[in-house]
Amino acid sequence: MATSPSISLAILGSGGAGALTTGDMLLETASAAGWHGLYTRTLGPQIRGGEAAGLLRLAVHPVECLPDQFDLLVGIDWLNAHRFGAEIKVGPQTLVISDPRGGDLPPMITESGARVVEVPMKDMAKAVPNGRPNMIALGIASRLLGFGSAEQVSAAITRRLAEKGAAAIEASLAGIKSGFGAAEGIAFGTQLAPPGANAARRWLLSGNEATGLGAIRGGVRFAAAYPITPATEVLEWLAPNLAKVGGTLLQAEDELAAINMIIGASYGGTPSLTATSGPGLSLMVEALGLATAAEIPIVVVDVMRGGPSTGIPTKSEQGDLNIAVYGMHGDAPHLVLAPQSVGDCVFTAQWATYLAETLQAPAIILSDQFMGQSRAAIARPADLAFIGARTMATEISGTYNRHAMATNGVSPMAIPGTRDGQYTADGLTHSERGTPTSGAADHLAQLDKRRDKLEQFDFGDHWASVEGAGDTAILTWGSLTGAAREAAGRAAADGIDIRIVAPRLLAPVQPRRLAAALAGVKRIMVVEQTHGGQFHKYLRAHYDLPAPVRAFNRPGPLPIGTGEIHRAITEWR
Amino acid sequence: MSGVATRSTAKPADYKSDVNAIWCPGCGDYHVLMSFTRAFAQLGLPPEQIVVVSGIGCSSRIPAYTNCYGFHGVHGRSLALAAGLKVTRPDLTVVVASGDGDGYSIGGNHFLHACRRNIDMTYVVMDNHIYGMTKGQPSPTTEPEFDTALAPGGTGVRPFHPLVVALASGANFIARCFSGEPNETANVLAEGIGHPGFSFIEILSPCVTFRPDERAWKERVHPAPVAETSDQGKAARRLMTDDGFNLGILYRGNRAPFQPAVSKSDIDLSELEKDFEL
Amino acid sequence: MSKAPDQPKVAGLNDLLAVAYQIEIDAVERYNLLADQMETHNNPELVRVFRDLARAEGIHGEEIRRLAGDFDVAAHARKIARFGRADSPEEAALSDAHYLMTPWHALQLSLAGEKRALAYFTSIVGTAKDAKVKAMAAELVEEEAEHVNLVYRLLRRYPAPTESWAEDMDPPVSQE
Repeated sequence: MATSPSISLAILGSGGAGALTTGDMLLETASAAGWHGLYTRTLGPQIRGGEAAGLLRLAVHPVECLPDQFDLLVGIDWLNAHRFGAEIKVGPQTLVISDPRGGDLPPMITESGARVVEVPMKDMAKAVPNGRPNMIALGIASRLLGFGSAEQVSAAITRRLAEKGAAAIEASLAGIKSGFGAAEGIAFGTQLAPPGANAARRWLLSGNEATGLGAIRGGVRFAAAYPITPATEVLEWLAPNLAKVGGTLLQAEDELAAINMIIGASYGGTPSLTATSGPGLSLMVEALGLATAAEIPIVVVDVMRGGPSTGIPTKSEQGDLNIAVYGMHGDAPHLVLAPQSVGDCVFTAQWATYLAETLQAPAIILSDQFMGQSRAAIARPADLAFIGARTMATEISGTYNRHAMATNGVSPMAIPGTRDGQYTADGLTHSERGTPTSGAADHLAQLDKRRDKLEQFDFGDHWASVEGAGDTAILTWGSLTGAAREAAGRAAADGIDIRIVAPRLLAPVQPRRLAAALAGVKRIMVVEQTHGGQFHKYLRAHYDLPAPVRAFNRPGPLPIGTGEIHRAITEWR
Repeated sequence: MSGVATRSTAKPADYKSDVNAIWCPGCGDYHVLMSFTRAFAQLGLPPEQIVVVSGIGCSSRIPAYTNCYGFHGVHGRSLALAAGLKVTRPDLTVVVASGDGDGYSIGGNHFLHACRRNIDMTYVVMDNHIYGMTKGQPSPTTEPEFDTALAPGGTGVRPFHPLVVALASGANFIARCFSGEPNETANVLAEGIGHPGFSFIEILSPCVTFRPDERAWKERVHPAPVAETSDQGKAARRLMTDDGFNLGILYRGNRAPFQPAVSKSDIDLSELEKDFEL
Repeated sequence: MSKAPDQPKVAGLNDLLAVAYQIEIDAVERYNLLADQMETHNNPELVRVFRDLARAEGIHGEEIRRLAGDFDVAAHARKIARFGRADSPEEAALSDAHYLMTPWHALQLSLAGEKRALAYFTSIVGTAKDAKVKAMAAELVEEEAEHVNLVYRLLRRYPAPTESWAEDMDPPVSQE
C-alpha cells in the first residue's frame, strides 16, 4: 500500500450527528500514535444541531495549515453541507464516503469528479445496541487512514465518554469496530506513512490553551474575563489553572470592567491579562491608553475574528492590526505581538508578558480564531527564561518620582504598601513625580520617555521568523506563516528560492532588523488576511521596502491556502 | 479592612499631600477631603496601606490630595480598577471616590456589579446633582426640572436613587452624609471602611459654581427619622419615604465579603502541562 | 448617625483646656487651608488675610498651652476633642469661601467663628459642675469676647463689598 506523509480528511454531519467529536477522536488517537496533526472545525450558525465539519490534517511532520484539497470526506449526512463548499475543497483525487440515507450530495462533491463510495452508516449504527453513526464513521476513517486496529481508538473514546459510563463506551467501540470492518473493502489507495520515532515529548492543545499557558509561564497571576467568541477558551483554561498556581480569575460585567480590573491588579503589583476579540478590543482601547500613559504593564489577547463590527465571530481574519497598533487616541506607543502557530502561542504569550512587565507598557497579542480554536499535536515547547521582571522601587528615600527619567526609560515602580512610595497613577499628562501638568516640557519629556523605552530596547531575534535565503520574500504574519512556509517548500521544488519574513513583534517597528532580513531581496510579496491591506500599508508607513512589492490580501472567512500563495508566487513574473 | 497594625499617633495632616486642590473655594469636596483624612487618622492606618481610586470629575481629583497611594483612572471605571486591585491585594484598604456623573451614569453598570460582588472596599460618591467638571450638564441625580444648556427646561427624566439601587444590588453598608458635617462624615466613613464587604456612602457635596442653589442643602439635610438596620426590608421601607436628604447609616448587612481563596501555591508549572501531554 | 458624641465630654480642667486648644488648632488649619485655596485661585490679598488669621489663632493656641503648664494638652486633645456633627466652633465655614471673596468676607467668617466659640464656652460655664472648669471657661469666654471685638474693629477698616464683588466676566473652564 502506498503511503503519504500527510493525509487530510473532513467529517461532516448535522443535527447532533457528532461529526466534530469524531474529528477530535481521530486527532487524539493519531497524536497518541505519534503523528502530528492540526484539527479545526467549521460550523453553521446554530447553537446546537447545526451543520458541522471537522477538518483534520495528519502528517509525519508538523502541520500548521490546512490542505488545499481534502483527501477523504466522510459524510454522516449532507444537510446544509453546501454551506461548506468554498471551504472544503474536493477534487478527483478525493474519496467521499457517503450514507445513501444522508441526503443529496452537495454540488461541491458532484461537480468535483470525486469518487463516491456509499456506506450505510445509519443502518450499521442501528445494528449495534446504542450505536451511533458517527462511531461507524470513526471506524471507517481510522481504517482508511491506516490505524492498525479499531482498538487504537479505544483510549480516546474511553477518556471522552468516561462520564457516560461503560455501556456508552462499549457501544461506541462496537460501532467503531463495525465501521473499521466495513472499510476493509474500500480502496483508498494510500494510508499515512508511519510516524517517526518521536524522541520529543508531544502535546495536544489548542492555540487558546497555549496562550493561557504561555501567560502563566511569563508570570501572569491575575486575569479578568468577559466571554467573547473565539477568545473565551483562553479564559476558561486560565480559570482553574491560575488557581493552581496561586492566581485568580475574576469574571467582569463587561470588557470595560475587565480591562480596568487588570490595570488595577497590575498597579497593585500582579502581572495581569485579559482576552477578547475585535469588538471587545474596541471597548478596551481607552483603558489601554490609560495603561500606556500611566506606564502600567498589562497583556491583552485579541483572538481575531471576521470584522468589522460583529462580523463573523466563528471565522478567522487579520483585520484588527490597525486598531491594535493605532487604536489609542494621542501618541501612545505600546507593544503588539502576533504568534505564528498553535505552538508559537505559548512562546509569544510568555514573551509578551515578559516584555510588558520589563517595559511597563501594555502588550496586545494578536492571535486569531484559526490558531485559537484549532487543536494541534506539537512538540512540547521548550521552557524559556522570559519571566516578567518589573523594575520595582522598594527602598525609597526622599521624594518618590514614579516617572523619573532613566537611561533605559524605565522608572522603578512602587507598589501600594511600599513605605514612602505613595503616588497617584494618572492618565493625565504628568511630571516625573506623577502629578498632573499641562506644561510643554513635561509632556514632551514623558512622550519621549515612553517612546524611547520601547525603541531602544533590544528585542533580539525573536522579533520575527526569518527563514530561507531566496531573493523572493514573502512578508506575512500570524497564522498565515504556516501556509507561507509550505508554499515556500513547493516553490523550492520549482527552483524558486523563497525567503519568509514573518514579524512576531509588530510594534514597536524594527526598521534595522527588517532591512537586514530583506537584504538582497529582489521582490516582496505581502500576504495577509484582510480586505484593506492593513499589513501592507503598515509596512509602507514605517519601513523602507527595498524591492518591488506585490500585495496579496484577501479577507476571511476562508483561510489563505498554501496553493494560493504558491500560485501567486509562480505567476509573478 | 485589613488586619494591619495601626499607628496610635496618626493625625489627619499625615494623610494630606502638599498638592493644592483645583476645586473652587466653597466646594463641598474640601470638606470631604477633610473627612477622608480624619477617618484615616481615626483608623490609624499607615498611609501606604491605603489606595484611593477614582474616575474622572471634580470629586475624582481627590487621590492626589491625599498622602496615600492613588489611582486617577478613566471615566466611570474606578470600581473595576478597585476590584482588580483588592482581589489581588487583599492586604490594602481600598477607598473608591467618584461623583454622581462618573459613578451613576457611565459607571452605573459597574456600580450594580460592585454591590453584587461585595468585595471589601468603600465607595464614596460625592453627589452634587450636576456634572461639574464639564460645566453643568444634568447628572442622573439632577432634578427633572433643573434647567441646563443640554436640557433646556430640565430633562424631564426621573432621577436615579442610588441608595435604592445599592440596597437592591447587595451593598453591605449603605449611608448618606453631608459634606457640611465633616466630623460626622468622617465617623461614618471610618465605620464604612471598617465594615466588611462593599460599603457605599453617598456624600451630598454642593457645587458652589454650577449649583449655587445647593447652599440651601445645609438647611434641608436632617438625620434620618429611623435608626440604622440590618434588615433589608426595613431599609427598603425607610427608603420609600427618603426625601434625598436623610442622613446617617441606613443599612449594615451581614453578607460575607467576596475574596477569592488564593492557594499559597508552589506547584511546578509542569503540573499545568499534564493535560496536554500525549 | 454614627455613634460619636455630638460634643466632646468635658469632665475636668484638662479636658476643657484640651478642647480649647483643639478649637484653636482646628482654626489654624482651617485658615491655612483657605489661604492655600486663595493662593491657588490667585487672590493674594486674601492669602495675606487668612495667613494672618491663622497666625493669630496659633498665638491663641500657644496661650492655652501655657495655661496648661506641664500637661500635654495636644495629646489629650487628640484623644477627646471630637466634635460630633458639625465643625469645631472656630472652623470657618468652608462652604462660604469664594475665589473672589474680599477681606470683609474673610472677617465675617472669622467673626462667626469667634461667636461660635464664645457661645460654646458660655454654655460650658452654664453646665459645668466642676468649679475649676467653670472658672477657666469664664476666662475663655472673656478671651473669645475680646477676639470678637477685635474682629469688629478690623471690619471697620474694610468696606462691605459692592454688589458686583462676585462678578467674573470669564466663564468657568472645563478641565477634563
